[in-house]
Order: sequence, then C-alpha cells, then structure tokens
Amino acid sequence: MGDHADIDRHVRTYWMVFFALLVLTVATVGAWKLHFLPAGAAVALALAIAITKASLVALIFMHLNKEKKMIYWILAITVVFFFVLLFLPILTAMDVISNS
Amino acid sequence: MEVPYTVEPREDTGLANGKLGIWLFLASEVMLFGALFATYLMLRVGNPDWPVGTTYLNPMWATINTAILITSSVTMVMAWVQLTKRNFSKFRLYMFFTVALGVCFMIVKGIEYSEKFHHGYLPSTNVFLAIYFTLTGLHGLHVLGGMAVNAYLAIFGKKMFEENPQWLTNRVENSGLFWHFVDLVWIFLFPILYLL
Repeated sequence: MGDHADIDRHVRTYWMVFFALLVLTVATVGAWKLHFLPAGAAVALALAIAITKASLVALIFMHLNKEKKMIYWILAITVVFFFVLLFLPILTAMDVISNS
Repeated sequence: MEVPYTVEPREDTGLANGKLGIWLFLASEVMLFGALFATYLMLRVGNPDWPVGTTYLNPMWATINTAILITSSVTMVMAWVQLTKRNFSKFRLYMFFTVALGVCFMIVKGIEYSEKFHHGYLPSTNVFLAIYFTLTGLHGLHVLGGMAVNAYLAIFGKKMFEENPQWLTNRVENSGLFWHFVDLVWIFLFPILYLL
C-alpha cells in the first residue's frame, strides 16, 4: 500500500464493491421470485451472478487484481484440478466398461 | 530465534511466508469444497426427482445471511486498512464488527437448523437434506474458525502491534483472505441450495 491518498482510493473501491454485491444479491433473489425465465436460463443467470459476485470478492477484497506471480500459479493449478473434480461425475457416467 | 520472512518477502517467491502459506491452504480448501460440489452435482444430475430448494428451505434466511457475510467482508478489509494506517483502535472496532457479524450469521443458521429439526428434516431424511447439512455444516465450521482467529487478533493483537505493526498487518491480511474465502463459498451455496 502506498500513501494515504492511495489507501483512501482503495477504501472507496471497497465500499463500491460492497454495494455492488448487495445489488447483485437483490438481483439474484428478484430474478428467482419473478419467474420470468425458463428453468435452464434461470440456472444460468443465477450462476452468472454468483460468478460475478465471487470475482468481485476475489479481485478486490482478496487483492487478486494485483498479486505476485507465484499466487497466480498456485491458483491456476488449483482451478485445473477443481474442474477435473467437477467433471469426474460426467466421466463416471460415460464409463464404457461398467455401462457395457 | 526469530521467525524469518514474516514481514519481508522472500527473494525466490516474492512473498512473506504467511501469505504463501494461506494461499496454499486456500487451494486445499477449494479442493475440499470442490469435492462436495462435485458430489452435489452427481447426486442432482442422477436424481430425476431432485426437490426444489424451497421444498425444505426458506430463502429468506439465506438472503439475510448473504447480506451479513457481504457486510462482514467489507468490515474485515476495513480492519486491515486501519492497520495500514497504523490506527489500532479503529482496527479493533472493525474486527469486533466482523466477529459480531459472524455471530449473527451463526445465530441465523441456528434458527434455520432448529426449524428443520422441528419439522423432522434430518440429514438422514433424504439425499437433498444430507448434502445440504454437509455443505452448510462444513461452511459453518469455517465461519466459527474464522471468528476465533479474528477475535484472537483483535483481543491479543495490541502487543504485536506495538512490537511489530507490519507483522500484525500481514497476519490480519491472511486471516482476511480466509474470511473472504468463506464469503466466496457462501456466494455459491446460496443459489445452488436455496434457489435452484
């Protein structure tokens, strides 16, 4: 962190992100209550809002918008294994040996 | 003997050891929750009669808890900001707010759980409730863990602040990273369990 003016600029960003997260939460509940979308689109919208909120938390509150290279490497490897983990059920369903 | 690289970054990683450690820990946490999310996905896709969340759950409680955790994330980061300004009393105030919001989260969760038990909805009732209790229970344990660390730093941090303020600032940044991760997990649990 630099001087006080720099910190104050960051503080403004933190509060803006806070209000954005609250608005996105209201949007999630609102979209769910109004039932204006078909089921598949509603799932996609809810997940898109959740991903947006999570990105804001990770980038701004967790300072991932300006981190050291080592952290990005750790996270990149984690993301790869996370998706492997998520897709394991699909691989199980496609298991040709036990399905044949 | 003094612990090395608590304040100054290592030359090879460019990071203080505590920060590298917390990110490696968070990576393992992603895999822990990832395994449970994958389990949820498998159970849900494999069950044509999967219930809508509202069959058993009340989204109002989850919405309140989402607002509580989001607010606690901003008070947490503000606590760290106060330490960068070397203002311990304001740091402590924001830290107590963060812990109090954690308590509020657990109270709401307790009300929610007691409602379920009152209606006879237990983890053994069906697969949906089993994964609901597993995911939210594990998440609740993380909230409790984060609260304990934050309370410790707020109550006993004064001595460290006087001796080495940057070390305390780094430790609060690390506990903040954990706290934001807990918020991040809830951001996904909320729509997945309650709304979809």
